[in-house]
Amino acid sequence: MAKGIWVIVEQSKGTVRKVSLELLSQGRKLADEKGEELVAVVLGQGIGSLAQQVAQYGADKVFLSDDANFANYTTGAYTSVVAKLIRENEPSLVLFGNTAVGKDLAPRVATRVGVDVAVDCVGMESDQEHYVVLTRPIYAGKAFAKVAALSARPIMATVRPNSFPVADPTAKDAQVINVAPEIDANDLRAILKDVLAQASGRVDLTEANIIVSGGRGMKGPENYGILEELADCLGAAVGASRAAVDAGWKEHKFQVGQTGKTVSPTLYIACGISGAIQHLAGMGSSKVIVAINKDPEANIFSVADYGIVGDLFDVVPVLTQECKKLKA
Amino acid sequence: MNIVVLVKQVFDTEAKIVIKPDGKIDDSSVTLIMNPYDENAVEEGLLLKEKLGGEVTVVSVGTPKAQDTLRTALAMGADKAVLVSDPALEGADDYVLAQVLAKAVQGINPDIILTGRVAIDYGTKIASRVAEAMGIPQVNTVTKIEVNGDKAVATREVDGGSELVEVTLPAVFSAQKSLNSPRYPSVAGIMKAKKKELKNLALADLGLAAEVVAGRMKILNYYLPPARKGGRIIPGEPAQAAAELANLLRTEAKVI
Ligand SMILES: Cc1cc2nc3c(=O)[nH]c(=O)nc-3n(C[C@H](O)[C@H](O)[C@H](O)COP(=O)(O)OP(=O)(O)OC[C@H]3O[C@@H](n4cnc5c(N)ncnc54)[C@H](O)[C@@H]3O)c2cc1C
Ligand SMILES: Nc1ncnc2c1ncn2[C@@H]1O[C@H](COP(=O)(O)O)[C@@H](O)[C@H]1O
Repeated sequence: MAKGIWVIVEQSKGTVRKVSLELLSQGRKLADEKGEELVAVVLGQGIGSLAQQVAQYGADKVFLSDDANFANYTTGAYTSVVAKLIRENEPSLVLFGNTAVGKDLAPRVATRVGVDVAVDCVGMESDQEHYVVLTRPIYAGKAFAKVAALSARPIMATVRPNSFPVADPTAKDAQVINVAPEIDANDLRAILKDVLAQASGRVDLTEANIIVSGGRGMKGPENYGILEELADCLGAAVGASRAAVDAGWKEHKFQVGQTGKTVSPTLYIACGISGAIQHLAGMGSSKVIVAINKDPEANIFSVADYGIVGDLFDVVPVLTQECKKLKA
Repeated sequence: MNIVVLVKQVFDTEAKIVIKPDGKIDDSSVTLIMNPYDENAVEEGLLLKEKLGGEVTVVSVGTPKAQDTLRTALAMGADKAVLVSDPALEGADDYVLAQVLAKAVQGINPDIILTGRVAIDYGTKIASRVAEAMGIPQVNTVTKIEVNGDKAVATREVDGGSELVEVTLPAVFSAQKSLNSPRYPSVAGIMKAKKKELKNLALADLGLAAEVVAGRMKILNYYLPPARKGGRIIPGEPAQAAAELANLLRTEAKVI
């Protein structure tokens, strides 16, 4: 009998990533409803203190492997251990964040244990017949699909950051089970040679609560400074349209849209972006959209909750000043 | 180098999604294209072949229409194409799709398998699944691949930076946009492509019984997001409008 709701926790430098806290919070609710335990799987090095942290967010049990093999994420080592734990314990549901790690690991683990995984889910409802029904965007958010697992267990899903709120931590203990870092020989055929961190201390686009994005209207790379300043004040990430990326002003990893990142922040501020269908596909599910554009006919206004028709070079700096006043 | 590139036929990015009365997605009036990232995968296959010699085979699972996409890849310069098409695959889940792709690829015995980073329609992480089904390593979202003998070093884009990963071949690599700039098919290439081998296979040809298709997950239904309505245009001079906007974002929308 499959039992337990599992969250594969991501951590970096001793702190649990926000998306994992979101999954633990949501997992806790579901575990209570189903009468099952909430289990966190935490791999890393020097992470002993994290058991306490995940317990505070609802975990009843923690599988912990604190080992040099997990100092950095590698597909092979993580797949070996996670797949083995799943086989031995047969959970009902396994949740991953839809992050670079989750997107790499979940399909690999799912295939190894012989199940499908629903990728990039934005919703999850408890369901009598199917245990849960998952919602996933398709065509970069132009449509949605409700998906469910048939009889195969575990049900597996990767969940997009910002899909669920983080609950307040409560004082709580969890049973900690140390897991041996046993890695299949065949999983050692990829070796991580080097990790090149990016200088920017900014939050990742896909995880950001607020995104300030600039398009062709920015006129050149040198002008992104005014967006950076606004982003600094708001604690936001900076994105771009494809026109700005194609012009070489921003790297592709900052592109929002159907062939870039799909994002759903609580606030998306589009500056000098016309609102092409491919761009809207990537950010249309943002909670609040603001458009700053000098063309009153620009399509972006048809999706914006708030719009300013005007020159972004006049508007954005004032917005930054106002933001600073509010935060002061 | 024996190189395989997985290519998928998808709706054009301009396509509006329409759900038919029977609940399925209407594909009758959309333009079909090669998944944009697969152009990068094909390009990388061709560059590796130019450098190291060998052959590039493009493989797709899809409807008979996907032949057009395979022809495009052949016109870019790929040598051969394989299309797996079978009515039994309609509604197959991604676990199954990966098993079928793995089986088709294994028959070609490649050193390198290239895919796009993501398919812009369903985006289901096929590369990792195919790699696992074949028992070989994968490197996802690569921006650079260097092959040395039976090993390759790839640069992988991750959240907040990048990594260098060394793999023993055969291995699967999924292409990020910045890996290269895909070439356009030349007129001569298009002519040549018409004569190149394009093999059509059904599940039985891969030694797979229709039962393998029995899925693990299913799509219950599709729906369109609620249409967003344009909101409020804030009037006034830039300074005044910006101040009002900040105020509204704090007091009304409560997002800053
Ligand atoms: C296969 C394919 C995939 C694509 N994928 C993506 C994708 O993932 N993401 C994406 O964004 N696009 C994508 N596109 C491109 C898309 O079609 C548009 O071309 C692109 O989004 C336009 O970018 P933009 O809005 O910055 O530029 P434009 O459309 O040129 O708009 C610039 C806007 O800036 C305004 N402006 C100019 N100066 C100022 C100023 N001083 N102050 C205020 N406003 C000003 C103008 O009024 C205009 O509305 C894709 C296209 C194709 C064919
Ligand atoms: N049906 C398919 N046929 C061939 N290749 C595919 C198919 N589906 C996905 N792929 C490959 O896998 C990549 C990633 O797709 P996905 O994992 O669905 O986002 C695509 O860019 C293709 O290279």
